[in-house]
Amino acid sequence: MLTKLANPSTFLRWSGALLPWLAGLTVATLGIGLWMAWFVAPADYQQGETIRIMYIHVPAAWLALFLYAMMSASAIGTLVWRHPLADVSQKAAAPIGAAFTLVCLITGALWGKPMWGTYWVWDARLTSVLVLFLVYAGIIALWRTIEDPSRAARAVAILTLVGALNLPIVKFSVDWWNTLHQPASVFRMDGPTIYPTMLYPLLVMALGVTFLALTMHMYAMRTEVYRRRVRTLSILEAERLDERRLAA
Amino acid sequence: MGDPHTPFILASYLATVLVVGGLIVRMVLDQRAQKRALAELEARGVARGRRRGGERAAGSSGAPADRPRPAATESA
Repeated sequence: MLTKLANPSTFLRWSGALLPWLAGLTVATLGIGLWMAWFVAPADYQQGETIRIMYIHVPAAWLALFLYAMMSASAIGTLVWRHPLADVSQKAAAPIGAAFTLVCLITGALWGKPMWGTYWVWDARLTSVLVLFLVYAGIIALWRTIEDPSRAARAVAILTLVGALNLPIVKFSVDWWNTLHQPASVFRMDGPTIYPTMLYPLLVMALGVTFLALTMHMYAMRTEVYRRRVRTLSILEAERLDERRLAA
Repeated sequence: MGDPHTPFILASYLATVLVVGGLIVRMVLDQRAQKRALAELEARGVARGRRRGGERAAGSSGAPADRPRPAATESA
């Protein structure tokens, strides 16, 4: 069943039907999330209105990690099963993950200035997220360096899995070291420490941003399948021209 | 929102729109370009098919000719 769904032609069919629904769900969830974040959630007693940055900063941070984890799972698919759709998934996720990591860094800096008095400090959380961004950039660069897609996929898969060592460092940096960045306040063993009036808008925004990332990923995967077909047909056309030239 | 930090809040949302929106625009243009290139190749009569001895054309599915891919992936 999974093998059948993962056939690139079948993937183009079912993803083409699913994509408009996923996009619609994204728009609806993000619309509700933004409305809650801007008009329902109260200002923080200490941070004031600046807390509204949280509704994009935190989902962007989660997605930066989620997309890297997804890329790592695809990397295993590339190395173990040598499945081209796993290659495609890896390649499609990298720019999206890099974009969300960049959003996380920019919004974090813009939140840090009024709250901490500085845009940047070299503490463990901020530095490990910057490393995550650089790994994403390296992965995108490696994809562009190797022309053959399946060879590029294997090289990228190894780099991706090495880079995955950074994920627990990002997550637990605030627990392992003394950081200016606050510790986790949602995913904790003893439950969230955010008041529900702020937690629910945050969760709805996170859901909306997740749908957005999934929509973008599926769309980018479709583009990559088309790109590979163009490559295959271009090679085939060149080979046929060569054969005709030799025959003449 | 009469908060003194409004510029930081607006800049955060604006930066998000620019980064994510820019990527979406780039993705849409990229897909259009690939579809156009595919249509042009098909219009020139280039079609995938089996070559001598049932061997797939090199580059099919992005796989090197010396390393077979699983059957389910052959149509990429």
